[in-house]
Amino acid sequence: MIPVLVALGGGLGAVARFVFDSLVNRHRRGPIPWGTVMINVIGSFLLGLLTGALTHQMPGASPTVKAILGTGFCGGFTTFSTASVETFRLWEAGRRPSPETGGTQAPASGAQATAAGAPRAAAGARMAVAYAVLSLVGSAAAAFLGLGLSSL
Amino acid sequence: MESIDPDIASSRGVHQDPALLGLVFVGGCAGTAIRAALEDAAPAHGGWPWATFLINLVGAFLLAALLEVLGRGPDVGIRRRIRLGVGTGLLGGFTTYSTFAVEITGLGVASAIGYAVATVCLGVLAAAAGALFARRLGERA
Repeated sequence: MIPVLVALGGGLGAVARFVFDSLVNRHRRGPIPWGTVMINVIGSFLLGLLTGALTHQMPGASPTVKAILGTGFCGGFTTFSTASVETFRLWEAGRRPSPETGGTQAPASGAQATAAGAPRAAAGARMAVAYAVLSLVGSAAAAFLGLGLSSL
Repeated sequence: MESIDPDIASSRGVHQDPALLGLVFVGGCAGTAIRAALEDAAPAHGGWPWATFLINLVGAFLLAALLEVLGRGPDVGIRRRIRLGVGTGLLGGFTTYSTFAVEITGLGVASAIGYAVATVCLGVLAAAAGALFARRLGERA
C-alpha cells in the first residue's frame, strides 16, 4: 500500500510541476526557463522543511509520511532531467546561426563564420553555466533554509 | 524554434486538458515508483548517494534522447502525448532535484561540493550525450 501512495504522491507532484511551469512560462521574457528553477527551489525548500520537521519536531512520526510527501510529492514535483536538458539547450542555442543574420545566407568563409559565431557561442555557454549554477545554489540554499527553519 | 523548456505546454490551454494532465499524472506515478524502489534497494546511509546520482544521470540522458527524437516532427497528437506522458511525467518524476539538494546538506563539505558539482556537470554531459546519440540514430535510419 505504501509504494502505491508514494507513486500517487509523485503523480500529483508531476501534475503540479506541469501546471506551474506552464503558468510561469506564459509570462516569461528571455531564454532562461524560470519555471523549472522556481519548481526545483520550492521543492527543495519543502523537502528540507519536511526532513527537518520529521527529525526535530515530530521524531515519532511515521516514515510513511516522509515517503509519501518527500520521495513522492517533492520528488515528483522537482526534476533533474529537465534542468539538465535545459542547460544543454541554452548552451546549444548559442551555437546555432542567429535568426537575424539568417541561416539561409552562406558565410563567405569558415573563418568569418567562426568569428561571427564566437560571441554568440560564448553568450550561450555563459547562459548555460549561469542557469546550472543558479539552479544548484538556489536549490541547495533552499534545502538548508528549510532544514534550518524546521530545526528551530 | 524549439523551446528551451520541454515541460511547458507549447500552446495555450494544454495544461488544462484533462487527458494530457492524466498522462502527466500516470507517467509521474510510474517514474516515482521506479525511483522509490531503486532508492529503497540502495539507500545512501550518509555516504555517496549512488541511487539518486545514477537515477538523475540516466534520466537526463533518456529525456534528451527522447526530446531529440520527438523534435523531428511538430508537437501535436501522439508526439505531444509521448512528450508529456514519458518526458514530463515519467522521466520528470523519475529524476529529482529536491532529494539531490537535501542530500547535499547531509554530507561533509568536501563530499557535498564533489557530489553537487559531479551531478550537475555529468547531468549536462549526459543530456548532451543523449541528444547526440539520438541524432546519430536518426542519421543512420
